Amino acid sequence: MSPEAYLILSSIIFSIGAMGVMLRRNAIVAFMSIELMLNAANLALVSSSRTWGNLTGQVSAFFVMVIAACEVVIGLAIILTIFRSRRSASVDEPSLLRW
Amino acid sequence: MILQPATGIFTFTWVLVALPLLGAFLILVFGKQLKKIAPYLAIALSSSSFVLGFIMFLQMRTRPAGERGFVSNVYQWISSGSLDVSFGLQLDQLSIAFVLLITFVGTMIHIYSLGYMEHDENRGRFFGYLNLFVAAMLLLVLADNYLLLYVGWEGVGLASYLLIGFWQNKHSAATAAKKAFVVNRVGDFGLSLAIMTMFLAFGSFSFSAVNAGMQNAQDWLALTIGLLLLLAAAGKSAQFPLQSWLLDAMEGPTPVSALIHAATMVTAGVYLIVRSASIFNASEAARNAVIIVGAISLIAGAIIGAAKEDIKKSLAGSTMSQIGFMILAAGLGPVGYVFAILHLITHGFFKAVMFLGAGSVMHATNDNVNMRRYGGLSKLMIFTFTTFMVGYLAIIGIPPFAGFYSKEYILEAAFSHSIWVGLIALFGAGLTAFYMTRMVIWTFLSPPRWEDGVHPHESPKSMTIPMIVLAIGAAVIGFALTYNHVFEEWLEPVTGFEKPNAPISVFALTILTLTVVAAGVIFAIYRYRTISPTTPQEVSFLTQAARKDLYGDVANETLLMRPGQKVTKGLVTFDEKAIDGTFLGVANMVWSASRLLRQTSTGYVRSYAAYIVGGTLLVMFLLLIARL
Repeated sequence: MSPEAYLILSSIIFSIGAMGVMLRRNAIVAFMSIELMLNAANLALVSSSRTWGNLTGQVSAFFVMVIAACEVVIGLAIILTIFRSRRSASVDEPSLLRW
Repeated sequence: MILQPATGIFTFTWVLVALPLLGAFLILVFGKQLKKIAPYLAIALSSSSFVLGFIMFLQMRTRPAGERGFVSNVYQWISSGSLDVSFGLQLDQLSIAFVLLITFVGTMIHIYSLGYMEHDENRGRFFGYLNLFVAAMLLLVLADNYLLLYVGWEGVGLASYLLIGFWQNKHSAATAAKKAFVVNRVGDFGLSLAIMTMFLAFGSFSFSAVNAGMQNAQDWLALTIGLLLLLAAAGKSAQFPLQSWLLDAMEGPTPVSALIHAATMVTAGVYLIVRSASIFNASEAARNAVIIVGAISLIAGAIIGAAKEDIKKSLAGSTMSQIGFMILAAGLGPVGYVFAILHLITHGFFKAVMFLGAGSVMHATNDNVNMRRYGGLSKLMIFTFTTFMVGYLAIIGIPPFAGFYSKEYILEAAFSHSIWVGLIALFGAGLTAFYMTRMVIWTFLSPPRWEDGVHPHESPKSMTIPMIVLAIGAAVIGFALTYNHVFEEWLEPVTGFEKPNAPISVFALTILTLTVVAAGVIFAIYRYRTISPTTPQEVSFLTQAARKDLYGDVANETLLMRPGQKVTKGLVTFDEKAIDGTFLGVANMVWSASRLLRQTSTGYVRSYAAYIVGGTLLVMFLLLIARL
């Protein structure tokens, strides 16, 4: 099986996710874009696992999923808190964490 | 001479030092509670120290000449590796002479201060300092090693600083105290170097070890230590070239001047040289340096004393000159040591009388020190005048007053050394007669030239009685000490003694000296038939120079102070420009770099994301290039 098609798909999804993070202001959408990037990475891992015929890539994909789940919990909590205090989910507005 | 371990009363040598030290401690620590009794406490402790010293002296006299030196080890002071220093006290014929002089004259000055400082609200503190001064000086003369002597040496410096600057609100007094301390530091530096050299050469600080080591020491070693000790002596005894502090030290209360000039402080240098006789015996060059320093100070001090209008400064010049006599005598070697100490003791009496007399005169004329505004005091202040006259006759050397004997012996020893040294000393004796006659005429015998509102009166009994006691001493002590050569025989085991062998007979020398002295007196009487109450400006070059202390301060300033200031200024510039510049430059670089870098922390999440993506792409791109 040739992994090329999977890898190309994976890089397209990853690029969409990266562009989403960089271009969209809405925190929820940025968050979804990050999930997109993670899943693109998972796709690449799983396909290479398949190519090489071992389980390393699949195990890594599981790790990524677990981390993604944790990240969603924390990330959503942060977004909610910010939304409550500032009535906005824009990532540009709270530019307080700077010098 | 062999020193023995102390027995009987001599085990209490430490008490001599401890008594005045206790007084200083009590008065300075519990000053408020002891305010009323502080002066009496100080007098009691100082005089009991004298009584104890006197009993020891009587005990010592009953013993044979070779067995009069005692060492008592109070406790082990420093013990570190090969260095062992005991807090040991040595009481021998030389020490006891100093102990008696210091405690007796010191006590008299304590009593005098009772009247002189009566109206000063800080007199308690003053008496505490006086006791400290006496204690430090006693420690200096009783130490059995150079390191302990150094403790007393520094203690004397400290006490003199505190006392000269006693009226610390007066700017000139504070400055004079600082000057005395700084100039003394130069001499102290010499002493500390000498002590280190001794330790290097002999491995010990004790007098006995150094004396033993000097027996077969090399010439250069004796010369080095001798010159360093001479520097130390010059600092403490106000000899050329470290004389400048003495005249300014007159800013302190007059009893302090008397104490510094008569019993303590300035005599320390002479003591140091005589105590280190073994070192100076080993090096003729060092002895010659001592003679030169003494001769210069002898003449320079007399010239300064002859031009000053301030009675205390004139007396200070006289002290410098008389100490010059002693230093010169000490530089003559075994022929002069005894006479240096003899002159030191007689000088202690007559100079104390004259300083206390000067204080009494100031007391009577609203603290005026200008002799041009004195005059006619002989009838109004009969005790002061009479005692001052005794001191005067003693210092110029009229028989049978004390100074005659000691000065005569020094002249004899000087002539037996070389004719030139003798002539210089003789010239100094003539100058002494001149400036002292001038002082007596200006102060007591000429018509009054008082300032308005001055009503001279005799001082209270507490001031006149010490003056009378000291005057009796100044009158008789010379004869008492030289009768049958008692003093020579007394000191001979410690310092060694050689009979002077002058090229002219003693009788002829006496006549010659008295002629020179009479010439000085007559010239002064002729010169000061009239005295102007204001300072004449058109005077000879020598007078102008003498009024400015023979340019001593000017020389110090141009040769030492200004170059020193230039060096410090240069160092400050170097510090600011080079050292601070380096550190500030580094800090500035870091600061401007961080200023540039912090532009990137905008706080916008999306730009951070862009950096991450950009960075990752860059790394991948670089890896790709490396691959290719």
